[in-house]
Amino acid sequence: MRPLLATLALTTALTAPSLAGATEVTLKTQLRNYGGKPAFLAYYVTDQTGAYVGTLWMAASKARYIPDLTDWYRYSGGDMNEISGITGASVGSGRTLTVTLDLADTLFDAGYTLHIDAAVEHYPASPSEIVLPLTREGASKPVSGRGYIESFSYAM
Amino acid sequence: MLRVLHRWVALPAAAVLVVVSLSGVALSLFPPLQAEGPSSLSVGELTSQVVQALPGTTRIERSTNGEITAIGFGDNGFMQTGIDPATGALLGPTTPSATELWIETLHRQLFTGDPGRIVVALSSLALLALAVSGIGLAVRRAGGWAALFRPARGRGAGRWHLWFGRLALPVVMLSTLTALWMSAATFGLVPDNPAVPPMPAASGAAARDAALLPGLDVPVSELIGLDLPRQGDPAGAYLLETYQGVGNVDPGTGDVTGWVPRSLSDRIMDWVHLLHTGQGAAWLGLILGLGTLGVPVLAGTGTLVWLTGRGRRQSAPPETARTVLLVGSEGGTTWRFARTAAEAIEAATGAPVHVGPLSSYAPDRYPQAERMVIFAATYGDGDAPASAKGFLDRLKTTPAPQMPFAILGFGDRGFDAFCAYAETIRKAALEAGWRELAPPGSVDRQSSGDFHRWGEAFSAATGLDLRLGPVETGETSETLTLLSRDDHGDEVQAPVSILRFALPRRGLWRRSLDRLLNRGFGSFAPGDLLGIVPRGDDRPRYYSLASSARDGFVEIVVRRMPGGLCSGQLTALQPGESVAAFVRANPAFHAGPGTSPLILIGAGAGIGPLAGFVRDNHRRRPIHLYFGNRSRQSDFLYRDDLARWQDEGRLNSAAAVFSRGPERGYVQDALRADGPRIAELVASGARIMVCGGREMAQGVGRALSEILAPLAIDPVALKREGRYVEDVF
Repeated sequence: MRPLLATLALTTALTAPSLAGATEVTLKTQLRNYGGKPAFLAYYVTDQTGAYVGTLWMAASKARYIPDLTDWYRYSGGDMNEISGITGASVGSGRTLTVTLDLADTLFDAGYTLHIDAAVEHYPASPSEIVLPLTREGASKPVSGRGYIESFSYAM
Repeated sequence: MLRVLHRWVALPAAAVLVVVSLSGVALSLFPPLQAEGPSSLSVGELTSQVVQALPGTTRIERSTNGEITAIGFGDNGFMQTGIDPATGALLGPTTPSATELWIETLHRQLFTGDPGRIVVALSSLALLALAVSGIGLAVRRAGGWAALFRPARGRGAGRWHLWFGRLALPVVMLSTLTALWMSAATFGLVPDNPAVPPMPAASGAAARDAALLPGLDVPVSELIGLDLPRQGDPAGAYLLETYQGVGNVDPGTGDVTGWVPRSLSDRIMDWVHLLHTGQGAAWLGLILGLGTLGVPVLAGTGTLVWLTGRGRRQSAPPETARTVLLVGSEGGTTWRFARTAAEAIEAATGAPVHVGPLSSYAPDRYPQAERMVIFAATYGDGDAPASAKGFLDRLKTTPAPQMPFAILGFGDRGFDAFCAYAETIRKAALEAGWRELAPPGSVDRQSSGDFHRWGEAFSAATGLDLRLGPVETGETSETLTLLSRDDHGDEVQAPVSILRFALPRRGLWRRSLDRLLNRGFGSFAPGDLLGIVPRGDDRPRYYSLASSARDGFVEIVVRRMPGGLCSGQLTALQPGESVAAFVRANPAFHAGPGTSPLILIGAGAGIGPLAGFVRDNHRRRPIHLYFGNRSRQSDFLYRDDLARWQDEGRLNSAAAVFSRGPERGYVQDALRADGPRIAELVASGARIMVCGGREMAQGVGRALSEILAPLAIDPVALKREGRYVEDVF
């Protein structure tokens, strides 16, 4: 597990120069007009056995509310080291978040699954709101969430 | 020091504290409205019912109020459905109360996020400092811890401040300490990382009815939240969080895995949350809300205390003072002399002077002091005045101070006990090894001549050049116009008049302010004193008031003394003529709150305040009146009024005795004749109030001793408790 995680951590550094064996991937998340405070979002990957691999991105303006991203918190063990350097602001109701990352080629078509947890202050948490296999074929095909996410897609 | 801290913490924090406390009071009303009854279901049974009705449920929550909510996500986002905890039946869609959320946001962060949270936390810290310093100030003012639990004395805003402060104290302490704990958790100062079990490995067994899963067989009252396995997710498990801990429950086998007991910090937080919000104990919340109402009241009364005190010259803190001037005063006159003396001493020594009540005396409070000056009035027959409570005991139990002392007594030469309390202090101090700085002095009836003579003697003994200025009277006289007079007693050579004056005309603002500050003609009660400065003299004479501000007039009873300057002028007044007068508070001789019976005893003009108490007895408290006069025909004061008040139920019984005529007797004879009833009344908590001449009061005292002896009740003890008070002239 560790070597893959190391690769992943390395490749998700936004400022890192393009590496051989990496692909530029854009994650686009459009939120519903749910009317509440900005949403916290966690993007992370599990493998074919359902085990946690690593985190791609975290939209969370306050560390205090990160435990509300309940599945991420359980998968990662609440380890804040997992998200250092890959954290941005929370996303307002109805807004769109676009994040571009260099992801290892080996993450695609290899049984890995992308999870997105969403949480909004004073509203119910929506863990694993989106659960999506990472495949080249699935790129640019929008899927919708069941709670706060109107649509999500990744483009390579 | 304590007072300075109390004031300068309170002033900046007051506005925030008022907002936070009022929003807190509002929030305390929600739990009683929301609280749900108990449930006999298990979590498994409840879940089974909910899932049948709402298959899309992803989470079931129980609020601290006992409300159960099923959460699911549909086409239009999340849906929350209320569930009856008793039956598991659906109650319909719920939304969080927007009003409650709005108030909560105000209460926690003043709508400004983290900066607001910090301001609220700091104001809580300020409130804690105010509570602690307030206790210190109250203890010092009362003269000891035990005295804190007795009725508050004094008047005006200060009295209310103390009264509400004591009442609100337990709630304020509880709310503040719990608030600070929650703030600390919010800012990560106390450990608050929720423990969670790791993601479970799937057992692979087919999902069963939740009602049959042993892991979910816990009472609903224990539930915090249950996350349901995602539909069609073979790896899913129930995540069960209860007040005991959190763990995974396998949907196929019902086995609990990865159980993490609830952490100590979570358990503490559960209690802190309950004690702060009353959620889960609605009655407690209501008590907290009610007590929290005290905070705005305290802010208001405290501001008034500050505003009233601001005009006064500031006294140096005891720690830096070179001269310590301690005052034992009942009404406040002696304070005015003390302030004049403090100014003169400060000018003569060029060093700070601390002026404080005798009750605040503590030998180690004055590290810099070189001399102590004590101004002591006498209350009644040589008793300690209000602001000297506990001083003598402390004098006897603490080592003598290094600095020498000088004492000046204030009193009235008309009394046997002239300056008796000052003399008692002096004797005790000399016995305890205190050194005397200057010969003792005495001031008769606020005589400025006596005061200045003492100043000269003090200067001669100490070598200081003390130049005492004029003593502020502090009272501004207003013009009272005589409405009517009711004359009696001419036939028995003891002319006495009931004089009724109109209240001075004043603007609404001034009237309201006086009423609020409980001062002057805006708010006086029977037993307070009307000060009148006669033409041709500058020394005021005091008459006990026979009416209250509520009556809408100012009434006194005046006996014309042979050669009396003031009484002569007053009894010569004709309706329409006026006189300059001011009100002096005399809280020791108020009927006071409470419902215990009053035994009123008086003679001659002393009937005045007693009649005032009866007239003011709107609450129909039991009152028994005993009074003496000379002649039923000539000076039976208030005869018709007393009969009417008895009919109206304001007066239970009145016994009149006359020293002339066939029935001949004194008021003490009436007391003795009624001894058993009086003893019974006193034993049941009655309060005795005596008003009249000194000899009469002594006679009454002897009669009461005899009457109360069989019950082993000591009149002296009654006096100490404030249940036997005298207004003697």
